[in-house]
Amino acid sequence: MPVDPSGDRAAKIATDPPLIEVRDITRIYGTGEAEVRALDGVSFDIRPGEFVSVMGPSGSGKSTALNVLGCLDSPTSGHYLFNGVEVGGLDGDQRALLRRHYLGFIFQGYNLLPRTTALQNVELPLIYKGMSREERETRAIAALDKVGLAQRAHHDPSQLSGGQQQRVAIARALAGDPQVILADEPTGNLDTKRSVEIMELMVELNQSDGITIVMVTHEDDMAEFGSRLIWMVDGKVESDRPTKRAA
Amino acid sequence: MLWETVKLSVQSILRNPMRSFLTVLGVVIGVAAVIAMVTVGNGSSAQVTSDVESLGANLLTLQPGQSRMGPGSSDGGAARPFALSDVDAILDQVNSVSVAVPTGTQSIVAVFEGENYQTTVTGTQNGYFEARDWGLSAGRLFSSAEEKGKSVCIIGETVRDELMGRADPIGQKIRIESLNCTVIGLLEVKGANTFGMDQDDTVIMPFKTFARRIAGSTDVSSITLSVRDGYSSDRAIDDLTALMREIRRIDPGEDDDFSVRDTAQIAAMLSSVTSVLTGLLSAVAAVSLLVGGIGIMNIMLVSVTERTREIGIRMAVGAQASQVLLQFLVEAIVLSTLGGLLGIALGLAMGAVGSAMLNVPFIPDAGTIALAFGFSGMVGVVFGYFPARAAARLDPIEALRH
Ligand SMILES: Nc1ncnc2c1ncn2[C@@H]1O[C@H](COP(=O)(O)OP(=O)(O)OP(=O)(O)O)[C@@H](O)[C@H]1O
Ligand SMILES: [Mg+2]
Repeated sequence: MPVDPSGDRAAKIATDPPLIEVRDITRIYGTGEAEVRALDGVSFDIRPGEFVSVMGPSGSGKSTALNVLGCLDSPTSGHYLFNGVEVGGLDGDQRALLRRHYLGFIFQGYNLLPRTTALQNVELPLIYKGMSREERETRAIAALDKVGLAQRAHHDPSQLSGGQQQRVAIARALAGDPQVILADEPTGNLDTKRSVEIMELMVELNQSDGITIVMVTHEDDMAEFGSRLIWMVDGKVESDRPTKRAA
Repeated sequence: MLWETVKLSVQSILRNPMRSFLTVLGVVIGVAAVIAMVTVGNGSSAQVTSDVESLGANLLTLQPGQSRMGPGSSDGGAARPFALSDVDAILDQVNSVSVAVPTGTQSIVAVFEGENYQTTVTGTQNGYFEARDWGLSAGRLFSSAEEKGKSVCIIGETVRDELMGRADPIGQKIRIESLNCTVIGLLEVKGANTFGMDQDDTVIMPFKTFARRIAGSTDVSSITLSVRDGYSSDRAIDDLTALMREIRRIDPGEDDDFSVRDTAQIAAMLSSVTSVLTGLLSAVAAVSLLVGGIGIMNIMLVSVTERTREIGIRMAVGAQASQVLLQFLVEAIVLSTLGGLLGIALGLAMGAVGSAMLNVPFIPDAGTIALAFGFSGMVGVVFGYFPARAAARLDPIEALRH
């Protein structure tokens, strides 16, 4: 599916207020000699409906940046505003609520609960949204259907292939109706054919459902599915430009 | 949300049957051990108490010779026996005693229609039955004419069984040594005493008959007494000792050449022995409960370490730390409760079997059950809760790195 950022949609994205504002974020691990500046003064905005690819050499801080955006990790300094709210001012429970209601995660290692069916895994975020059993099941099945796995709803992760597990993880991320999906190398463990399937799914979520996507990847081909590419080196943003497709 | 959490916890328990089983096992063993031991211990004490009471509650026995505890014991064989006049003197002069009867025993063979049975015969008077708190299940006591030396006897259930089976013994004639005596009464069943002696294995006849026809002398080898209601046994013992020292002309400063045995003393001694035993059993049980507790603790700790990643996943999808904690807590409570209930069932079953095997009454103790249950539940909860809290306090990304 070709990306078409030209026209009304692209124009709207450009004028909307930013969903995510990152200002001069640092994330420092260790102290003294052993100090590692995983993020070293990162700033960027992400507007609603964007599909941002993040690339860079290993160790350049991509995952760290994504974890900070997802409130899974706290920056050492700097400002992070989500929908205009200063995330640094929120406590653990409030950040949990932010994750619960606005964010969806896709991890390279899937991070599904073992010995738990695909359906139950997808239902997990809905439990914490306080939905009734019936509603949860309807939604989880719909999400699984969207990733083409409705037939496998009652399989355990151990009975699914890597690509299928990643699709369950995507279903879990989108079941909760997030504004933003944060994906860390979602195709890192998959072959090209499966990777393209997953990317087409992501593009669809972005374009038809208007979900903002931030995706870390090592592969140029996958990054090209996005509309914008942030290139990181040594904890800093080295370049930030539209993808070739979008350009 | 709480109900949701309970369902989540149950799901999670079923997802890891082995881990759940091991956790439950720790609780089951701990609780069952305590309950079984305390139940059997209680039964044994109750048995000892009832055994001692079956001797007769206010029973005293006056015996010649000084019975000392420990090494170099009784010199009873050498001491002078009592005489019938001593019994009369006691009844005359010792107010604190309501019954005093001469008592002699001898091992004999009883014969009935060709059946021989070796037993003990006791020569005494009707007061003996009162002092021993022993009734008849059939027949009657001695008449005063019979007490003067008639050939009659009252037999115990065991003797009756051995000689004539279930037949009615009243009016039957049994031969004891050279004496043909008519059975006029059958004693109530008393069972074995604390020392395992069958109390029903006995024949009782009037003292004078016994003295003349069996023992061949009117010496009184012991006197059975009962403390009068309203007097303490110590008082009765003091009175008896004073009187007997006078009768037997024992100089001040010289040791008694007789002794008074008190069932209350025996009871106190035995119950101190059983309470030591019960204490030991309880200590063993407490240790096993502790071991069970450590088992639970270990598995809970391991399980939380294993599940830190799960905690990370749950928090990543929006769970608050308190919700994750609640889940672990409910899980621990469900498991401990399940284990506790199984442990109670198993412990009671083991207690019932043990009591039956030791032939003691089955007396479960509600307090112990509650305590054991509460303790293992608490261990489960505490050790389920604290490691989970530590994990839930991490940044989700830390938990996910596990
Ligand atoms: N928990 C941690 N403790 C110490 N250092 C860390 C930790 N996590 C990351 N780092 C360091 O921070 C830097 C950035 O790590 P990060 O995982 O963000 O890199 P990345 O760009 O995602 O790399 P990759 O492409 O290999 O996934 C690295 O030098 C890494 O060693
Ligand atoms: Mg990474």
